[in-house]
Amino acid sequence: MNFIWLFLIITSFIFAAVNGKMPDVVNAMLKASQSAVLIAFSLIGIMTFWLGIVNIAKVSGLMEIFSKLTAPFMRLIFKDVKNNSGAFSNITLNFSANALGLTNAATPFGIKAMQDLQNENNNKSVATNAMCTLLAMNTAGFQLVPASVLAILTASGAKNPTEIILPTLIVTSITFICAIIISKILERVF
Amino acid sequence: MKEILNTLSVWILPFIISVILIFGACKKVPVYETFTKGAKEGFWVAVKIIPYLVAIMVAVAMFRASGAIDFIYKILKTPLDKFNIPPDTLALIITRPLSGSATLGLFGEIVNTHGADSYAAKLSAIITGSSETTFYVLAVYFGSVGITKFRHALLTGILADITGVVLAILVSRFFFYS
Repeated sequence: MNFIWLFLIITSFIFAAVNGKMPDVVNAMLKASQSAVLIAFSLIGIMTFWLGIVNIAKVSGLMEIFSKLTAPFMRLIFKDVKNNSGAFSNITLNFSANALGLTNAATPFGIKAMQDLQNENNNKSVATNAMCTLLAMNTAGFQLVPASVLAILTASGAKNPTEIILPTLIVTSITFICAIIISKILERVF
Repeated sequence: MKEILNTLSVWILPFIISVILIFGACKKVPVYETFTKGAKEGFWVAVKIIPYLVAIMVAVAMFRASGAIDFIYKILKTPLDKFNIPPDTLALIITRPLSGSATLGLFGEIVNTHGADSYAAKLSAIITGSSETTFYVLAVYFGSVGITKFRHALLTGILADITGVVLAILVSRFFFYS
């Protein structure tokens, strides 16, 4: 990440110098830091709410029951995660919320799952295989119905906006599986 | 299909919340106290993400503003012309993993200029709907637990994005190209 971050910023300055876009780049730099903070802050409400609800599920033992139910499936993908960590339930909830397009609910579950995985991690600054697989599942963006895209198509008067649902579902499902496989292959190399 | 899924999306959260609350009450868990105890973390998780999110979003925004994307676009344009990818869609493909709001903006533009029933609009719809803002997801998830060494996660995300785009092109040629 050190290299990529450096690369993005230095190439931005180089391209800005060549294209005469330095004012735009400086402006983007200042604006983006502000909008990053706004995005983080806009997560507070939903994070607070879900972490509260999830805590009830944890204390009551529901999380454990749910973990045991999903463990057989999760074990196929996350081999080295302990059964009792709670990670399985949170990963399942994260996946289900993403699939239904409930991004706001998916993020708190995903973060909670990351915390569970971090508890088992020996080196707190380096990502584990399980974390990378979870990230692969999330960056692939599996979704049953692409709600925002459909909304734009419908609003613009598309004749049959729902015809994109099936092709999108085919693409997103195969990509999702490929992402997990790619992650599994690359984890041996890195 | 769409109606069923829409109804499911609306009902799933109330269902999950009710099950959790009722199960907790049956197990004699003090639900209000337990909720507030867990909820306390929410603020700090969000605050913890800030440095990671600022780092990545600033770098991406600068990269976009510098015109570097136009350069990538020019390099890729000639080889990809063979696959009948509309130029505007190519710009959307490059932007997709970097910024979610910019992608939706570009998608809106494509729909406006080419028409909602055009091939460009359909291909762009499939690409937008089947992928995520890889850089943002990495920043939020790894940031929330303080991971700085991502290992293969970014490469995986980008390779998966490329897979998605190739598939989207193949699938939309099959369904929509005439």
